[in-house]
Amino acid sequence: MPLIFTQLQLALPEIVLLGSTCLVLIVDLFVSERSRGITYILAQMALLAVFITLLATSVGKTSDAFSHTFVRDALGDTLKLFVALSCSVVFLYAKNYLKTRDIPFGEFYVLGLFGVLGMMILISAASLLTVYLGLELLSLSMYAMVALQRDSVTASESAMKYFVLGAIASGMLLYGMSMIYGMTGSLELATINTKVLEHQHDIVMMFGLVFVLVGIAFKFGAVPFHMWVPDVYQGSATAVTLYIGTAPKIAAFAMLIRLLVDGLLGLQSEWRDIVIVIAIASMAIGNVVAIAQSNIKRMLAYSTISHVGFLMLGVLAGTPEGFASAMFYTLVYTLTALGSFGMVILMSGYGFEAEHLDSFKGLNQRSPWFAFIMLILMFSMAGVPPFLGFFAKFMVLKSVVAIDLVWLAALAVVFSIVGAFYYLRIVKLMYFDTAQDSHSLEISTDMRLLMSVNGLLVLLLGLKPDWILDLCIRVFPLA
Amino acid sequence: MANEIALSHYLILGAILFGLSIAGIFINRKNVIILLMAIELMLLAVNMNFIAFARYLGDSAGQVFVFFILTVAAAESAIGLAILVVLFRNKRTINVDDLNQMKG
Repeated sequence: MPLIFTQLQLALPEIVLLGSTCLVLIVDLFVSERSRGITYILAQMALLAVFITLLATSVGKTSDAFSHTFVRDALGDTLKLFVALSCSVVFLYAKNYLKTRDIPFGEFYVLGLFGVLGMMILISAASLLTVYLGLELLSLSMYAMVALQRDSVTASESAMKYFVLGAIASGMLLYGMSMIYGMTGSLELATINTKVLEHQHDIVMMFGLVFVLVGIAFKFGAVPFHMWVPDVYQGSATAVTLYIGTAPKIAAFAMLIRLLVDGLLGLQSEWRDIVIVIAIASMAIGNVVAIAQSNIKRMLAYSTISHVGFLMLGVLAGTPEGFASAMFYTLVYTLTALGSFGMVILMSGYGFEAEHLDSFKGLNQRSPWFAFIMLILMFSMAGVPPFLGFFAKFMVLKSVVAIDLVWLAALAVVFSIVGAFYYLRIVKLMYFDTAQDSHSLEISTDMRLLMSVNGLLVLLLGLKPDWILDLCIRVFPLA
Repeated sequence: MANEIALSHYLILGAILFGLSIAGIFINRKNVIILLMAIELMLLAVNMNFIAFARYLGDSAGQVFVFFILTVAAAESAIGLAILVVLFRNKRTINVDDLNQMKG
């Protein structure tokens, strides 16, 4: 087979997604307002096609294409499968929410799919150029999604904040990339990794590293570059918050691994200290400030910040086990966040947003089953055994202890306990307070089903976390 | 040879432009459009760095990167200006200090 075809085959999932997204865009233009459901179905089919091509073209070994700018490996394939899966869940949760509100329906799905394309390119990046292009495709889609609610003052304000801060972060990341390129003479991450040791004590290299770290920390929403997270989560429509809060975290993890491990592993002793500071600050500020919130989306935003700090612990361990535990944490967090933001959507009725913590009061009287699902999700976030979140925290702490940073593990446990307060507060509101409105929840069957599966998965996988964990360990071969 | 423009001169120019754009973003409290201009300036500072390094290394990859940055910057300002229009319709102001609906 000619070389170009083997290369195109490696990128087939991305090509399929691009083609079908353009198709969705054009079909959405011509269907009438009443048959908008077609757009949703096509978007789901696009994700399904990605899922199938990913499995069908999986080669099992690491191979790169397009002059070493694009890599296809086990890590990338696994992360892409989870991205496609979680976006599919997001699309389903968002469907009825979008229909009952004045938010452009088709645009949400088209932008969402373009965002998935950006995430997949970012995950497969083997060169600084592809990292940048994937990241921008994802970010630009998200800026537009936040602004989708055109008549809302808070949505447009948070879109503006997100855009300005995101653009600054991209600029910083690029500035760092230019310095790394100048020192190593290459844009390819693999070549950079071989040459980086020669420049270990170079001041320009250090500047490059710091600027790249700023970019990564921003995209993750880690302290001190977290200021956009609460505003964007609170200001945008809940469906958009659900999208921003889940799959892009997987992509951000991939970006972290690609840049710091595939590209700059030689500078590990330098970046470890910086990541330790970022991790501690994120856990501290995220957990403490979340206590003071009365808006659930804002509270979950600060909880995201604290979880990001926690997963950074796994990365800074710098061992294959550490990376695997961080990946496990990311996937578990994504699953739990899907459920939690899904619950906020589920509670929001026609023309009513369940944004305030008080709207969870007495949920047990209105719907015992979904109160139980929310209980599972909150316990998992707090890290109570036997739920999935406990094992994620446990694996990360184990890898930190393995490199003799016991004080750091102890600190992480302390912050987790602080964090347990605001998760358990929701449980208390649901079970021990009386409901403010006694209407029963109106939920569509597909949402009811998927929400239950989502919640039960957190419990059942928590009882048997082995296979996901094995999946994560297998993609990080022992060096 | 003493009068020749060396790599370091370009890098210093790039750093000055970058610093100016950061200052423009943080000192400016008046107008969102000035923020967008500062962001463009920041990307141009990066371009200056890339081209200087590409020329110095005799490697064209850096110059190719610059073309991509220019293209993405165009798309970025298109989205930025679109968000600005939405913001102005809702708030009737583009003053940076007035972006204070959400706090905490």
